[in-house]
Formats: sequence, C-alpha cells, structure tokens
Amino acid sequence: MENSILTAIIFATIVAGTPLLIVALGELIVERSGVLNLGAEGMMAVGAIAGFATAHATGSAVLGVLAAMVAGILVSAIFAYLVLTLLANQVASGLALAIFGVGLSAFVGKPYESATLPPVPPLKIPLLSDIPLIGPAIFSQQWLVYFSWLLLAGVIWFLFKTRSGLVLRVIGESPSSAHSIGYPVIRIRYLATLFGGAMAGIGGAFLSIFHTPLWVEGMVSGRGWIALALVVFATWRPLRVMAGAYLFGGVLIAQLFVQGSGTQIEIPSQFLSMLPYIATIVVLVLIARNPNTIRLNSPVSLGQPYRPDA
Amino acid sequence: MLRFQARAEPSLTMRYLSPLIAVALTLIGGLIVFFALGKDPWVGFKVFFLNPLKDTYSIAELFLKATPLALIAIGLAVGFRANVWNIGAEGQYIIGAIFGGGVALYFQGVSSPFVLPTMVIAGAIGGALWAAIPAALRTRFNTNEILVSLMLVYIAQLLVSWLVHGPWKDPEGFNFPQTKMFDDSAILPILIEGTRLNAALPIAIAALVAGYLFMNRSFYGFTMQVAGQAEAAARYAGFSAKRTIWMGLLTGGAMAGIAGMTEVGGPMGQITEHVSQGYGFSAIIVAFVGRLNAIGIFFASLLMALLYIGGEQAQQYLNLPSSISKVFQGMLLFFLLGADVFVNYRLRAAGGK
Repeated sequence: MENSILTAIIFATIVAGTPLLIVALGELIVERSGVLNLGAEGMMAVGAIAGFATAHATGSAVLGVLAAMVAGILVSAIFAYLVLTLLANQVASGLALAIFGVGLSAFVGKPYESATLPPVPPLKIPLLSDIPLIGPAIFSQQWLVYFSWLLLAGVIWFLFKTRSGLVLRVIGESPSSAHSIGYPVIRIRYLATLFGGAMAGIGGAFLSIFHTPLWVEGMVSGRGWIALALVVFATWRPLRVMAGAYLFGGVLIAQLFVQGSGTQIEIPSQFLSMLPYIATIVVLVLIARNPNTIRLNSPVSLGQPYRPDA
Repeated sequence: MLRFQARAEPSLTMRYLSPLIAVALTLIGGLIVFFALGKDPWVGFKVFFLNPLKDTYSIAELFLKATPLALIAIGLAVGFRANVWNIGAEGQYIIGAIFGGGVALYFQGVSSPFVLPTMVIAGAIGGALWAAIPAALRTRFNTNEILVSLMLVYIAQLLVSWLVHGPWKDPEGFNFPQTKMFDDSAILPILIEGTRLNAALPIAIAALVAGYLFMNRSFYGFTMQVAGQAEAAARYAGFSAKRTIWMGLLTGGAMAGIAGMTEVGGPMGQITEHVSQGYGFSAIIVAFVGRLNAIGIFFASLLMALLYIGGEQAQQYLNLPSSISKVFQGMLLFFLLGADVFVNYRLRAAGGK
C-alpha cells in the first residue's frame, strides 16, 4: 500500500517534469549559443494547440507531436529572423513571441475549447516495467518521457563531446572570435534557435496530447516561463536541468497529493496552485544570491546582438 | 543582393516613422488574415477598424479601453527607459484592483467623497507593493526581475480567484465567484452622459503629463535614462543603480495598480475572477509602439484599444474569436521590432560600399 503511493508520486512527478525538461533543454541550447529567447511560453502554447488539433483530426499522437514540432520551429523562426537578421532587441522580441504565441493559440484553439483526446496508452518497456516499485513508476511512461531522456543524453553528448557542440559554446562565449576563425555565427545561432522552438513545441504537445489530454485556453499556464527559470537555476548545465525539472514536477503535483491525502488542515486550492510560482522565485533568489554563480556560468554573449561586419 | 549597412548615427526620422510602418504592415497583415479565413477583407477591415469609430458611444468606449493601457504603459516606460524590465504589470494591476476594490467593500454603506480618492491611493500602493518584490529581490539578491515579476502575475491571479471564491464572495451572488457590487460613491463618475467614459481618463492624462515632465524635463528622469543606456557612465557620474531599479519598478507598479482600481471602480463595478484581461501585457506593446514617450503612448494606447474593440466586433459580426486581437497585437510588435532595424541601418546594394 505504502509502495503504491510512492510509485504514484514518482510516476506523477516524472509526468509533470517532462514538458519542463524538454523545453528547458531546448532553451539551454539556444542560450548556449548566446541567444536569449524569452518566448518559450508562446512557443509551447502554439505547439500545444498545433499538436492537439492534429491529433484530434488524425487520431495519431505521433503526427500531433510532429505538427507541434513544426509549429514551434515556425514561430521561433519569426523570432530568429527578428533578432539574428534584423538585430532586434532580444528581450523585447522574446516577449513579443510570448504574447503572440499565447494569443495565436487562443485564436486557433477556439473551436477546440474543452475538447478532449482519447488517452494514449503508456509504452511499457519489457522486463524493466516488471521491476517492483520503480518499474511501474519509471518504465511504464509515455514514449515522449523516454524521448526526454534520450534528448538529455543527446544534448550532453553534443555539447561536451562533439566538435559542433564546442563551436556552439564558443559562439555563445565570444561570437567575434568564432567568426574570425571562420564559423558562420548567424547560421549556427539560427539552427540553435529553431531547435529550441522545436523542443518548446514538443513540450507543449506533451501537455495537450499526453498529460491532460484536452485543450483549454491558457493551459500552458506559465510552464514556459518556469522552463526559462530552470535554465538559470541549472546554471546552463543539462544534468542540473533534469534535476530542476523533476524538482518542479514534484512541486506541480504536490497540490494533488495534499488534497488527496485527507489532511485535517484545509488549505484553499489556490494557495497550493501558487507553489510552483513561489518555488520558481525562491530558486531564482537562491541561485542569484551569489553574483559569481551567474556571472561565471552564463554564456558571456547571452542576449547581445552580434553582426559580423563584413 | 541587398545588405544592411550601419548608419553613422541612428535615424531620428526612422525612429518615429517605424511605428507608422508597423501599423501599416499590421493592417495589411490583418487583411491577409481575413482573406485566409475566408472573410471578405474589406468587410473585415470595416468591422475591425472602422466600426469602433462610428459614433460618440463607440469613440467613448475606445477611450475607456485606452485609459488603463495608457496608465500602465507610461509607468512601464519609466522603467523600460532605464532597462528595468517589469513584465509583471498584469499582476500589479490585479493587486491594485484588490486593494482599491477592498477599500470600496470596506466602506460599503459609507457615502463619502473621500472613498474614491482613497481607492486610487490604495490601488497605487497595492501595485507598488507587488512591484516592490522584484525590486527588492533584484537590488538585494541580484534576481532577474523579468521572471520574478512574471511569476507574481500567476500568484496574483490565484489570489484574486481565492478572494472571490472565498472570503470576499457576495453571499447573495448566487454562488458566482464575484464580490458585491460597489456603492455609487465607490464608482468613478461618468464624464459624458450616455457613455461609459469615466473619470479615469483625466487620471490617465495627468499621468501622461507627469510622465512626460519626469522623463523629458527632470534631471532625475535624465539620470535614469543614462543608467539604462550607459551603465558605466551612470556609475561614474554617481547615479545610483539601485535607486533606478526601485524607481522604475515602483512607478510601473503604482500606475498598473491605479489602472486595476479604475477598472473595478469603473466599468466592472465589482471584483470578479476576470479582473485580469491582459492589459498588463498589451501595455508592454503600447509602451514600445509609443516609443517610451508620453505623446507616443497616448496614440499607441488608442490604437491598442482599437485592436481590442475590433476583436469584440469581429466576434459579434464576423463570428471570429475575439482573441484575434491578441494575434494582431503580437503582429504589431513584431513588425515594429523588425522596422526598427532601419533606425540603425540602411539598405545598400551589396558591393557598392
């Protein structure tokens, strides 16, 4: 009995943390290249509705995820064009993307308001899912959850084991040096930004196709912003992003378990729903308290426009 | 092939032309959107952009909508000029509505001319307090104000939801999540008979004038601008960076708080769960399109109000979701940011350097 509760908690924590993990890993790559895209919330919203609408029409969750990915890439391309080609202010452009994406998803999603999708059965990994306790918690998840682990491994491998990853990091630290050695700074930043858009789109689709699975306006409810905070919290390191994502996953589901546990103290649900946002502020304070933590770890050129003057 | 060439100095003409280009492009984009949705673009244009201007009542509605946007935007501009990124005006607006509305509920049955001024002050204090959180965390712990002020939006939304579902719920309200209606003495007086235009407009105009004087005519406003544009120079001249951050956030918070109060003490007449209408986010666009200056913000707030009302009209007459206005608002900001490239660059044929 005790074990089944523990299993349920681990299971739900992973589910809640997965969209954060996917989106934050995408943003990590973007920021490592020196681009600050604050539009994650908007890209997730667009991905969520594109994925939902596609899955709704075709009955295929896989097609839904692909559509969300394409939608995320398309909206992030607007941002990339503004900040990389037209050298617009990255903070303002990211905000514009967030506002536009949330608005667009509300507009496109109107006919789907409160529509639902049939739940997608989990993908049980043979043998592993039979392990007591952790089998049902960790190895009986949706396939996108396994994807997020592969993504993590891929991001670590790419950043720290490949030459391209090294180039990406150099561009984030010093675009002018990278340019003078002959690397196409702008093109690589474009690719990084589009990759971030694709991941944000998939993160949104995870919410609307697998997690809930339904569409309501505003369903992303700040998860995109939390993912941005996670990247800072993780000091731009992939493994710490995962730790942070599951930490927040735990906070996000705490509400359900407090309400389900039948405690004597009655806490209004709104206060429990505030927890993830309060937790975000707390971790941001903790990580920023020592000015060196951020100064030493953040990509030096983050948020600075760069133009190779030919 | 064309390429961008840096200008020797930023073009002032382009700086003021760029919002107009953005508006024109948004208009064209709008026509394309209507066409793509299978609506007659000309009918769409009439419904969206001309209907809101057809008579006195409509124009009064336009000003009514523009008022909170202008109030919030002028406060944000003070911060944005100093590179203080208060993105959480929506939350400060909600807390202002709670504080201002709280005063109205507390003084229910007391018909005094002092209720309304107290509400305005309470709204300003509420908004400023909410903005003081990111200001304190930024100055004390170096915490990013963008993310903190944003997180506080969600917290404020939940707070107002709790109030209207719980302690402040109207016991005779058929269980709707809303407070009692305010007394007449807690509602802003109407300016023009037969319309909903109320005394929030003169408050907003006063705020725009004050904002203009502060930003363009006062030494202190100048120091804030220097702090934003050249941090090292500001430090060298002895301008306090911390004071700039506090000033930027508190001004934005107080103005957003007043805007929240004028909404609940104006057209709403009570606090409901739907106090938050995205004005705090739209005002960011207003501030940018208005070039962070008072006169620009005045016109930009009217334009943004037009987009809001146009969206409502499109819902009514074209059977389109009113959120189409959010799409147009986002487009407007995209086009503005894009057109701004010509402030610092000009197009030249490649090779002809």
